[in-house]
Amino acid sequence: MMELVFSLAVGVLTSSGVWLLLRPRTFQVIIGLSLLSYAVNLFIFGMGRLRIGAAPILKSPDAAVPALYADPLPQALVLTAIVISFAMTSLFLVVLLASRGLTGTDHVDGREDPQ
Amino acid sequence: MMGLAEHLIIIPILLPLISGAVMLLLDERRRALKGGIGIATTVVLLIVSIILLGMADASPADTPASFLRVYWLGNWPPPFGIVLVLDRLSALMLTLTSVLGIASLVYSLARWHRAGPRFHTLFQLQLMGLNGAFLTGDLFNLFVFFEVMLAASYGLLLHGAGTLRVRAGLAYIAINLTASLLFLIGASLAYGVTGTLNMADLARRIPALASGDAALLATAAAILGTAFLMKAGIWPLNFWLPTTYAAASAPAAAMFAIMSKLGVYVILRIWTLMFSTDAGLLAGFGGDWLLLAGMLTILFGTVGVLASQSIPRLAGCSVLVSSGTLIGALGTGSAAVIGPALFYLVSSTLAIAAFFLLVELVERMRDPGADVLAVTMEAYGDDDDFIEEEVGVAIPATIALLGGSFIACALLLAGLPPLSGFIAKFGMMAAMLKSDETIRASTWVLIALLTLSGLATLIAMTRTGITSFWARIDDSVPRVGIIEMAPVLALLLLCLCLSVGGGPAMHYMQATTQALWSPQSYVTGVLPAHEAGAPGEERSP
Repeated sequence: MMELVFSLAVGVLTSSGVWLLLRPRTFQVIIGLSLLSYAVNLFIFGMGRLRIGAAPILKSPDAAVPALYADPLPQALVLTAIVISFAMTSLFLVVLLASRGLTGTDHVDGREDPQ
Repeated sequence: MMGLAEHLIIIPILLPLISGAVMLLLDERRRALKGGIGIATTVVLLIVSIILLGMADASPADTPASFLRVYWLGNWPPPFGIVLVLDRLSALMLTLTSVLGIASLVYSLARWHRAGPRFHTLFQLQLMGLNGAFLTGDLFNLFVFFEVMLAASYGLLLHGAGTLRVRAGLAYIAINLTASLLFLIGASLAYGVTGTLNMADLARRIPALASGDAALLATAAAILGTAFLMKAGIWPLNFWLPTTYAAASAPAAAMFAIMSKLGVYVILRIWTLMFSTDAGLLAGFGGDWLLLAGMLTILFGTVGVLASQSIPRLAGCSVLVSSGTLIGALGTGSAAVIGPALFYLVSSTLAIAAFFLLVELVERMRDPGADVLAVTMEAYGDDDDFIEEEVGVAIPATIALLGGSFIACALLLAGLPPLSGFIAKFGMMAAMLKSDETIRASTWVLIALLTLSGLATLIAMTRTGITSFWARIDDSVPRVGIIEMAPVLALLLLCLCLSVGGGPAMHYMQATTQALWSPQSYVTGVLPAHEAGAPGEERSP
């Protein structure tokens, strides 16, 4: 059940993200990229296998049974990925605003469609 | 525990980081000081990378493969800790980066570093990202260095501002963010299947994978490959590239020339490591796709080169031809082709960087509408009514230098003798034709495309050369500073050295290839001896 909910969440986030990414307005693109990065972060987390009630920190090394613990590495990876994609999104936001200011439109091509 | 020489490996990452951070603290108006720090850093980087090149090449001649220098970050042993790995390929790429770094930085001191804030810091961070990506032996660490490099490149692309750059930057950032997300998906999927991110450990675990897991890993590799091919500018993921590179300021564009080679480097590294002949189920995975993608990219680049109406765009399209040639050569899957292909990588990167620097100087003597006019004139067969009677006019030295460099760039990019571009292309074709088995049809197509792209480059360069150097309507001589001309000449001189010293250089490339084609020695070199023998203990899924 948990797996189903999880994979549906990743799938919905990804498909909405891809759809928004292909839209012509810069704001839609940035929201699309954010949704995609949420999906990717969840995906990375899922790659450490889904567990309930398992800590990623070993309490005492001699009593360690790996099966009792969650994989800590993907959690560390997710942390890095979140920070990086957050920074990149904010950078993109700046460029988006600069483009809006310079071209006077929020179309990704910097000009409106001819029709 | 380690000698000082061992710590040299991490210098190419630490030094630009420190220098970039220090320059961030300095006031923006102290340009001379910043320029000085920047130059000093790149000079030290060049010296260090040449020493590293010597270290990597110092292995005994009979066992060229089994020689790696591994640096344990924080002294954590692999596969749990992150390692930096120095072999011939990474040393070569490091040296190439430093050479380009010094050339573009010197060039930028004439004008460009004043065009916007934080240029020097961004430049150093870009060097750091590139060096780190070339050195790291860990998949996720590679991602981090990719992001460092990309973040700096976004800044460098926008350096100098202007509508054109912002518009190109928007597409560039969106594309690269998407590529980064693909990279993350691929890397984490590979981790999910194998339980490791260390490249050597990955290579060790792949042969033991069950068929279901192998399919998942193939998916991971395909997703990762897409991200890298995007970076390398492979068709159909490359429509952003000519626009972006043409919009960037000259020194930034020269650095971007090595950035697209980073994509090629990663593919070369991971593909030879993960899908070598002893990879069991996955041996040679994706080779045909690489070949096909490479060929289509050459074709696309060739058409682009012919259709370009401005010189910066022409330079951007020759990046595509160069990437396509490299990926195509890799796709043939034969070790004999890769040696000359690496030679081509070095030669074409130097040539393209020199060309990007030169383009800006040449552009100064053209008026904006001239390019479109020139191509239109050619298309409609408008013959020259105004033949100027100027016999025996002295050619100004600047024009002579610019023209001479332009010819050299044309020869290098088209692959004509006597410069190194010819040796590289000739070497690749000779290796393709020399194989013992019957030559496949795809190889013939690749050879034809290589020749065709050379011809097209020559035509386009000749046309551009004629319209910019011979058919000038006004007689203004562009103002070109010595420190702008010197980097171009230095890069071209290096290409000349490469053709004069073609023998030793090619020998080095072949040793590099031999090492790449025996991934087992990479694995045993990176992982501690007692670990390397036991691929058994799999993570419980």
